[in-house]
Amino acid sequence: MNLHYHVDGDAFIAAGEASSQVKKVLKQLGIAPHTIRKIAISMYEAEMNMVLHANGGDIHVEITPHKICITLKDEGPGIPDLELAMQEGYSTASQEIRELGFGAGMGLPNMKKYSDELSIRSEVGKGTEVEIIAWLP
Amino acid sequence: MQTYLHSVTLRPEKCKGCTDCIKRCPTEAIRVRNGKATIINERCIDCGMCIRVCRHHAKRAVTDPLSQIRKYKYKIALPAPTLYAQFKELQDVNFILTLLRKIGFDSVYEVAKAAGRVTEMSKSLFQSLNKRPVISSACPAIVRLIQIRFPSLIENLLPIMSPMEVAARISKQQAKALGYKEEEIGVFFISPCPAKATDVRNPLGIEKSYVDGVISIRDLYLELLCYVKEVSPETIENLQKSTYDGIQWAMSGGEGKALGIDKYIAVDGIENVIRVLEQVENGTLGDVDFIEALACIGGCLGGPLTVENSFIAKSRLQRLKKHEQKHKQFINSLRDWDLSFSIQWSKAVDSKPVLTLDKDMQKAMEKMEKLDKIYSTLPGIDCGSCGAPTCRALAEDIVRGQAHIEDCVFMLRRRVIEMAQSMVQLSKKLSFPTMGQIKKENEQ
Ligand SMILES: Nc1ncnc2c1ncn2[C@@H]1O[C@H](COP(=O)(O)OP(=O)(O)O)[C@@H](O)[C@H]1O
Ligand code: SF4
Ligand code: SF4
Ligand SMILES: [Mg+2]
Repeated sequence: MNLHYHVDGDAFIAAGEASSQVKKVLKQLGIAPHTIRKIAISMYEAEMNMVLHANGGDIHVEITPHKICITLKDEGPGIPDLELAMQEGYSTASQEIRELGFGAGMGLPNMKKYSDELSIRSEVGKGTEVEIIAWLP
Repeated sequence: MQTYLHSVTLRPEKCKGCTDCIKRCPTEAIRVRNGKATIINERCIDCGMCIRVCRHHAKRAVTDPLSQIRKYKYKIALPAPTLYAQFKELQDVNFILTLLRKIGFDSVYEVAKAAGRVTEMSKSLFQSLNKRPVISSACPAIVRLIQIRFPSLIENLLPIMSPMEVAARISKQQAKALGYKEEEIGVFFISPCPAKATDVRNPLGIEKSYVDGVISIRDLYLELLCYVKEVSPETIENLQKSTYDGIQWAMSGGEGKALGIDKYIAVDGIENVIRVLEQVENGTLGDVDFIEALACIGGCLGGPLTVENSFIAKSRLQRLKKHEQKHKQFINSLRDWDLSFSIQWSKAVDSKPVLTLDKDMQKAMEKMEKLDKIYSTLPGIDCGSCGAPTCRALAEDIVRGQAHIEDCVFMLRRRVIEMAQSMVQLSKKLSFPTMGQIKKENEQ
C-alpha cells in the first residue's frame, strides 16, 4: 500500500506530523515495535531536514509485506558535499534554528544508523531525494 | 484473551449519550452506540479521564466498600500519601494514621514508607540498566498506555514493583510474624485512582497482587471525617514511619527528586505524557536519563478519586518538609526490615496490539486501504455525532465491521438526498403512463 504526504516548509509547528501519522499506520498494521522505532527515528529526521533546510517537499511511503520504503523529495538547495553532511555534528543550521533545539548535526548519521538502507541523491540548486528502507522479517 | 476486569465503568442510566467523553479518552476506547457510551474493554487503561469529563456522572470507578474489611480478622490499611493531603487539619501525619486506626484498621503500613524503600532499590537498578531514558513504572495507567500506544518503549520501563505492592508484601509478613494466618489478614490500599484498583486485579510485571481490596480516598474521606473530633493531641498515636522522600511521591516530580538523578523530567497529565513519549519514540527528546510520567495533572494528588484540589493538596504536603529532620530517624527503621523478596518485576510486560487492524499483515493492509478510502469520503470535521471520537476512528470501526457509513449524519443526509432524488427520477419514469392509463380508464 502507498501513503502520500505534502510537507509545508513554513508550517514549522506541524513539522513531524507525517512521521507521526506513518507511525500510527504502522502500529495498525501490526509492524514489530522495534521496526517502528527505527523507522520513526529515521523518518522524523528526514522530514525535519526537509522542513529546516529545503522548504518542505513530498513524502511517499510504500509498504509491502517485505519492506517499508520511504522516499522524501524536495526542491531545496541540495547538499553540495554529501560526505561532509553525513559527518556527526556537521550542520549548516542557523543560530535561530539551533536555539529551537535543532541543528545538532546528528540527523543524517542517525538516519544511516536506524535505517536498513539509506540512499541520498542530491543536486545543488535542484533538490534532494532521500530513500529510507526497512526490511521486514 | 484473558477477560479484563476494569475499575472504570459506565452507569447507563445516567449516560445521556452527549459524546463529551469520547474525544478525551487517550486510547480511543469509548464509543456512543444507541445513545449510550460503551467502553471497549481491551483498550481502556483506567486513567479516569472520562470520569473527570462526564458532566452527568455516568462514569465511575468501582472500588471496595469499607465494610469489606470486616471479612478479615486482622485488617491492614495501606494509605497512599495522597490521603494525607486531603485534610486541612494536617499538621502531623500521625493524625491521619490515628484516624485509620479509629475507623477499624488493626494496623497501618504507609505506602510512603515503602516508596522510600523502592527509591533505594530503584537507584541501583537504574544504574544497572543500559537503556536511556528510563521511564518510571509508578503509574499503572501510563504502563498500560505504553503497552497499547508505545510498545517499543516497554523496554525503557523501570522494572520494579510499585510501593503499594512492596507495602502489601511487608505488612503481610509482619502480620504473619504476629501469628495470623494468611486468610485472616486483609490488606487494603487507600487509593487516589481507578488505575491502582485495576492494577490489583490485573497486576503488571508480577504474578499476583498481595493487596486484598482497594478503597477509594473519596469514599473513605467522609467516614474518616466523622472521627476527626475524637482525635486530640493526647490520643494521637505515634505511628509514622515514612520520610518526606517517600511522601513526595504523591506529587509530580517527587519520585525523580527522591531518586536524585540529574537529568530527569517530570511529566504530568496524560496528554503531556503522550507528547513526550512520541518524542522518545522519534529519538528527539534530547539529553534525558529518567522520565517520571504520571497520568494525572499534579501527580497522584490530582487523582480522580481524591477530594481536595491538587494545588491545595500540594501545598499541604510541602509543609510536611519542615519535619524532614525528624523523619530521618525512620530511615534506619526502613533498613531494619530487610526485604526477603525481590522487588524487581518477575514477569515480562507484553505489548497489547489492540490497535492492529488484523493479525495477518496482508489483511491488515487491505483493511488499511479500505479505511483510507472510507476516510476520504467522510467530512473530516470530527464532530463526534456518529459516536466515534474522530472521522478516522469511524472509518476504522467500519472496517472492523463495528459501524456503518450511515452512522455519519452527513453521509446519511447525502444518502437520503440521493434516495429522494432517485425516487423523483423513478416517479417521473413511472407516473405519466400509469396516470395516463388511469385517466383513460376513468374517462371510459
Ligand atoms: N533535504 C536537505 N536539503 C538541503 N540540505 C540538507 C538536507 N538535509 C540535510 N542537509 C544538509 O546536511 C546538513 C546535516 O544534516 P543533519 O545531519 O540532519 O544535521 P542538522 O539538520 O542538525 O543540521 C544540514 O545542516 C544541511 O546543510
Ligand atoms: S478510563 Fe481512560 S482509557 Fe478508560 S475509557 Fe475512560 S478515558 Fe478511556
Ligand atoms: S498519576 Fe497517580 S493517581 Fe493518577 S492514575 Fe497514575 S497512579 Fe493513579
Ligand atoms: Mg537534521
